Amino acid sequence: MQDQDVPPPRLTRRAALGRLGVAGLSLMSSPAFAQQTVDLHVPGGPSSPVITTSYPQKGRMILQRSSPPWLETPFEVFDKGVFTPNDQHYVSWHWATFPGDVNVDSYRLSVRGHVNQNLSLSLTDTLQGFPRVEIAAVNQCAGNSRIYAQPRVAGAQWANGGMSNALWTGVRLRDVLDRAGVRAGAIQVRFGGVDEPVIPEAPKFLKSLPIDHARDDEVMIAFGMNGEQLPLLNGFPLRLVVPGWCAVYWVKMLADIEVLDQPDTNYWTATGYRVPDTPHNTVKPGEAGFKLVPVTRNAPRSFITKIRDGDSLPAGSPASVRGIAFGGDCGVARVDLSIDDGSSWQPTQLGADQGKYGFRQWQAQFTLPARGLHTLKVRCTNTSNEVQPAFWIWNPAGYMFNTIETTHVVAT
Amino acid sequence: MLRAILPMIAALGLALSLYPVEAASITALKSLKLDVPISDAMFPPGPGSDAMNNNCLACHSADHVLNQPSLSREAWLEVVNKMITAYRAPVSPEDAKAIVDYLARTKGTS
Repeated sequence: MQDQDVPPPRLTRRAALGRLGVAGLSLMSSPAFAQQTVDLHVPGGPSSPVITTSYPQKGRMILQRSSPPWLETPFEVFDKGVFTPNDQHYVSWHWATFPGDVNVDSYRLSVRGHVNQNLSLSLTDTLQGFPRVEIAAVNQCAGNSRIYAQPRVAGAQWANGGMSNALWTGVRLRDVLDRAGVRAGAIQVRFGGVDEPVIPEAPKFLKSLPIDHARDDEVMIAFGMNGEQLPLLNGFPLRLVVPGWCAVYWVKMLADIEVLDQPDTNYWTATGYRVPDTPHNTVKPGEAGFKLVPVTRNAPRSFITKIRDGDSLPAGSPASVRGIAFGGDCGVARVDLSIDDGSSWQPTQLGADQGKYGFRQWQAQFTLPARGLHTLKVRCTNTSNEVQPAFWIWNPAGYMFNTIETTHVVAT
Repeated sequence: MLRAILPMIAALGLALSLYPVEAASITALKSLKLDVPISDAMFPPGPGSDAMNNNCLACHSADHVLNQPSLSREAWLEVVNKMITAYRAPVSPEDAKAIVDYLARTKGTS
């Protein structure tokens, strides 16, 4: 963390929806003043984004993009516990035109398409009309950790804070679909929010799930996040929660559920968010000719949170370390620690299991044998026996990175 | 201390309600009326900056671009083409060329 002179993004108040036409922009001289930045130590371009506290219901966040907002959770937050505080839960929007003003009396959730009966549910209907369920689940952008891609790739330059964990409260999507009555022949369910593209011709942000997934016991329409209503920027008042799957499916400000009897051809489902259909979705830079498939589930990951890269530790005396892990689309089976750059591994002690899709804390004790540089690594194995890979995952869009994390320390 | 107690609580099957609070407490939602900041920052002036300001800022703020890594001209061309074909940005061919030139000049790899 350091103070630097950087061109400050001057934030102004949102005037109205659909503002930001070119006519609405003004050329003003930019005052130079010191702003707090976070140095992510990444080669190949800027890696010192500024810290912001300017967003409503949000605390200290890393500003990846002002509008539509990309706000990253500062990594030190993950050392404080497995549930990310709502005011530091990361934020990511595709289109800038979403309302800052949401009236809970007039808000409606529609269910339509290949159903027996269309529904228009008020928030009271949604909160009171169905059994409630709760689930802890990590909300992770498919492009989390993209800044570490080598060679670098375009897109949101998340470090490791394009993820957050919350205890979600809501109602089962299945129960809502059953109320409408899904007709025979339904194959997908498509979700849309109240956000709209700025350019009318641009593809509205929509995402679909296969019908069987949509009707499992876990996909949820959430109205609660860690016991409170959702922050606006995390999708107030309703958000789809798809436990174990990437956040692109977790449609915010959910307003429309459409049951389809034909494959969804919209851009976001049929074309966007693609990874190579290869083991670990990885290819060599410049490689061509591979098939592309949609991003779907999360992969296992683990992080050291208590020790940061470059820290000093005493040589020859016991030290303790802790961190977080998640299994992806299933639970954490084990987390192993290496203090010799991956040559040997020791098991760590797992903390309480607060839900298989959530973060799980781990801790370990170790002793660095001699003075000098040491390389710590941490590796999660999930309950499907899938292990984080040691090789560097790379694909053209920078999705699904889950290579074993490395932390360099100095023993003194 | 706390960490030692947590597994015991889980083993006893008791609800973990230290944090978050009990979710049943949500009985109704409250309307929100909030100001979401936007940025009016423009691109650093130079050849092509008018094309950048006139085409790119309609959908996203300048820091989106300024935070991107250094990329090859081919990679920038691909990004600009994606904005036009996938996201339907109405960019004229002349402006598209000026934008790619600006990006390759200010955020290029060579």
